[in-house]
Amino acid sequence: MYQTTYHRASSVDEAASLFGKSSEAKFLAGGQTLLPVMKQRLASPSDVIDLGKIKELQGVELSGDTLTIKAATTYYDIMTNADVKKAIPAIAHLTSVLGDPAVRYRGTIGGSIANNDPAADFPAALLALGATVKTNKRSISADDFFKGLFTTALEDGEIITAVSFPVPAKAGYEKMRHPASRFALTGVFVAQTKSGEVRVAATGASQSGVMRVPAIEAALKANWSPSAIDGVSISANGLLADIHGTAEYRANLVKVMAQRAVAAAG
Amino acid sequence: MGVEGIGARVVRKEDKRFITGKGRYVDDIKLTGMTHAHFIRSPHAHAKVKKIDSSAALKMPGVIAVLNGQQLVDDKVGNLICGWAITSKDGSPMKMGAWPAMAPETVRFVGQAVAVVIAESKNLARDAAEAVVVDYEELPAVADIHAAIKSGAPQLHPEAPGNQVYDWVIGDEGAADAAFAKAANVVKLDVTNNRLAPNAMEPRAAIADYDAAEEHFTLYTTSQNPHVARLVLSAFYNIAPEHKLRVIAPDVGGGFGSKIFIYPEEMVALWASKKVGRPVKWTGDRTEAFLTDAHGRDHVTHAEMAFDAQNKILGLKVKTYANFGAYMSLFSSSVPTYLYATLLSGQYNIPAIHAEVIGVYTNTTPVDAYRGAGRPEASYLIERLMETAARQLKVDPAQLRRTNFITQFPHQTPVIMAYDTGDFNASLDAAMKAIDYAGFPARKAKAKADGKLRGIGVSCYIEACGIAPSKAVGSLGAGVGLWESAEVRVNPVGTIEILTGSHSHGQGHETTFCQLVAERLGIPISQVSIVHGDTDKVQFGMGTYGSRSAAVGLTAILKAMEKMESKAKKIAAHALEASEADIVIENGEFKVTGTDKAIALPMVALAAYTAHNLPDGMEPGLKESAFYDPTNFTFPAGTYICELEVDPGTGKTSFVNFVAADDFGRLINPMIVEGQVHGGLVQGIGQALLEHAIYDANGQPVTASFMDYAMPRADDVPSFNLSHTTTLCPGNPLGIKGCGEAGAIGASAAVINAITDAIGKNNLEMPATPDRVWRTIHAA
Repeated sequence: MYQTTYHRASSVDEAASLFGKSSEAKFLAGGQTLLPVMKQRLASPSDVIDLGKIKELQGVELSGDTLTIKAATTYYDIMTNADVKKAIPAIAHLTSVLGDPAVRYRGTIGGSIANNDPAADFPAALLALGATVKTNKRSISADDFFKGLFTTALEDGEIITAVSFPVPAKAGYEKMRHPASRFALTGVFVAQTKSGEVRVAATGASQSGVMRVPAIEAALKANWSPSAIDGVSISANGLLADIHGTAEYRANLVKVMAQRAVAAAG
Repeated sequence: MGVEGIGARVVRKEDKRFITGKGRYVDDIKLTGMTHAHFIRSPHAHAKVKKIDSSAALKMPGVIAVLNGQQLVDDKVGNLICGWAITSKDGSPMKMGAWPAMAPETVRFVGQAVAVVIAESKNLARDAAEAVVVDYEELPAVADIHAAIKSGAPQLHPEAPGNQVYDWVIGDEGAADAAFAKAANVVKLDVTNNRLAPNAMEPRAAIADYDAAEEHFTLYTTSQNPHVARLVLSAFYNIAPEHKLRVIAPDVGGGFGSKIFIYPEEMVALWASKKVGRPVKWTGDRTEAFLTDAHGRDHVTHAEMAFDAQNKILGLKVKTYANFGAYMSLFSSSVPTYLYATLLSGQYNIPAIHAEVIGVYTNTTPVDAYRGAGRPEASYLIERLMETAARQLKVDPAQLRRTNFITQFPHQTPVIMAYDTGDFNASLDAAMKAIDYAGFPARKAKAKADGKLRGIGVSCYIEACGIAPSKAVGSLGAGVGLWESAEVRVNPVGTIEILTGSHSHGQGHETTFCQLVAERLGIPISQVSIVHGDTDKVQFGMGTYGSRSAAVGLTAILKAMEKMESKAKKIAAHALEASEADIVIENGEFKVTGTDKAIALPMVALAAYTAHNLPDGMEPGLKESAFYDPTNFTFPAGTYICELEVDPGTGKTSFVNFVAADDFGRLINPMIVEGQVHGGLVQGIGQALLEHAIYDANGQPVTASFMDYAMPRADDVPSFNLSHTTTLCPGNPLGIKGCGEAGAIGASAAVINAITDAIGKNNLEMPATPDRVWRTIHAA
């Protein structure tokens, strides 16, 4: 690791201020990607601003039909939160299959979506549930937030404060775990909103990062059941391929994981 | 057996320090004035080193020196050696490409060191390493075995035309041809044995400390065999004569073979400590482990087996290409030859065997012994062949094995090995009973109704362990003898120190070796200490590998114990005014048999050291040593049966049951044996399902981190159902066969046989990743 200056911010405003004063600062929101990258000397921020101890970024709130998860809430705290389990159990399940215990104790929802790894789990939940990303400057819909591999709508220095999820009628997440990294080799989040809209998002599959799957959405809109997807054909074009999964295999997984997610959603 | 004697499930003495963080590993050691080394490694698989410019780095803070391969040459430091000479079928010696510890001219794999920075801290050394400018001229590279042997392929070493290390044969080709000529059926199979990265928990590390006044070196290193390290460093590398080099291997966090070998880093650390006049420490990181720890396996094999009309095996022909990587590591040459082809008879009566093994250089990390070393490759091949044959001949796979089992011992195979004892039917019976083999068809049918593909796979492995009779291995080209040594020191107060040449890096010697003493003397193991891993303390040792510590190392301790006991009995008899022949040892006392006369061990020991009243002519003291050379290999064997389900939608494998019935001869500590089997099985399953060290066509490693290289985790493996059938090894007095490698040798074939049974297709390479299984299911 190169030398860096570590700051523990006590408020969002302080974190933003520190960022403005640094030449090449990075926010630390769990550090499950940033720290390994720094250890390998592939990143060399002048300053690291830790958001993990900011009280206003911690916790979960359920208000009516909106579940709000503050940005620095760890995966473990999300997984074990009673409101999450009650309102959107699919999110609790997603968090329980994310990484391993060590990752779940440190990683945060804000860190995950800010990094927007193409195989991360949470972007699929946000996109399928039509969530809203709250920052210290504005609100951004999930549809507008994810901009491709490791790219988001966040501006330089902008800090995610929370994610608000509309509570769906039904939702499910199923994932084929990457055998080495435990990211999603492919994961599919399916949701049916209370107004009857169907949204399906796949992670780990596309070369462009998390994506909606319109063909599956249409099939499920017509008939919310696993068998409704039987006839859907997913193209391998534009899908990721590596030593752990060919593009054709991932195309198959989009379909199979979607079917299982629907079955899990009930 | 007593509560702490042979056969007792004694909790491991060493675990208190390991699980409380009190272990003392090389990286924990800090010497006064210690400097830190960081190696500059080639990013290219094959390149000329045109120029190394260290001028900017030398001006950086805390930098003491930047040293390179040309300076090694100038100082006449020797190249790395391969310690087992293999002769090709045309009579020519194997073709050794020169392997300098840092490359002065040519790099041949990604990660090969070209220079080293010595600085006041590791971070300063890394900073300076980034300022060293190495001018490379890239050369065409080749990573794949088949590509490497094609005409026109990039050539690695001028000494090895066609990238061929050797073309070696074993067995009787004429007899094999004759067997095939009369065969009723011939079964053919092509298999790849995937390359693995060993990944011991503790990365390699070294601290070298040169004392200029004494012209003496001390090397702390992560070694499975510190005496062999000293021998090789002294005899071949011109570092220091043996009496001026002390090698200490303290607590070592796993080896699996990868820490047998002498690597460039410890050689350079020794040499550099003399050059800079201060201690030099190097601790590898995980990336360096992936790039430079010797890999394992990497065979491509075509095999054919001939059967008569009664399904008896008539003959076996095997042709294997073995990828050695860029250089021949210390024992690499022996792995696909004498540790592989000599086990091709498996558990079966095969009248004629012929095998040809072609060793190949490629621009990849060197390959050497990894848990099992050659024997997993042999066992995997034979057990895949047997399963394939059963399917082709339409007979039950277990029955086909039974039809061909060796049942008379000793049994001379056509490939050197003479099996001393065994009962292969017993372990097959035990495993079949444990897994309810007869009930499998009903379970398969039920799984099918649930949409799952269920399969069962048998693997009957045999290995040659207890390595090895020195005369035998010498006749086959080994550069060393493979005996073991031990010393028993009874202190004047009656406590005991056992000094052993076996090295423990996870095996539990500090417990099991004490159990032998407890068994013989009837004293608690708390009265006994095991000393190992230091060439200044232990007289000599060949180290730990090849499942040899109990069969060879513990037997050496037994021999020394017998000598010590004999002397102690004389002292006791003298003190008790009895006949030596009437003295028996019980519960820490020397007793006159049939009487209540006794003298406790501490009093005997004290008598030995005060020497006030010893038998006439007896030397004072109570300390004996022994060297033990085994008379034969040992032959652990057993049956593993795996039952699993494949999810046809994803190709993912889920275990239903995994049973292991092993014959390891006598068990010293069944709990430790079970731990060894568990670990071995997980490594075998890891090879079958997850692990693969992959290079792209240009020799760039694709799997150099745990983000890409899939190590098995606890939830990837089942709970194992273990049992033992026992035939005592006649080759050593304790009847021990060894247990350290069995799991890794036998497991992978059981898994692949079960998956191919489940999916109804026979051709499936390892690792059987979900993607690969799914594509195989859906292939036309």
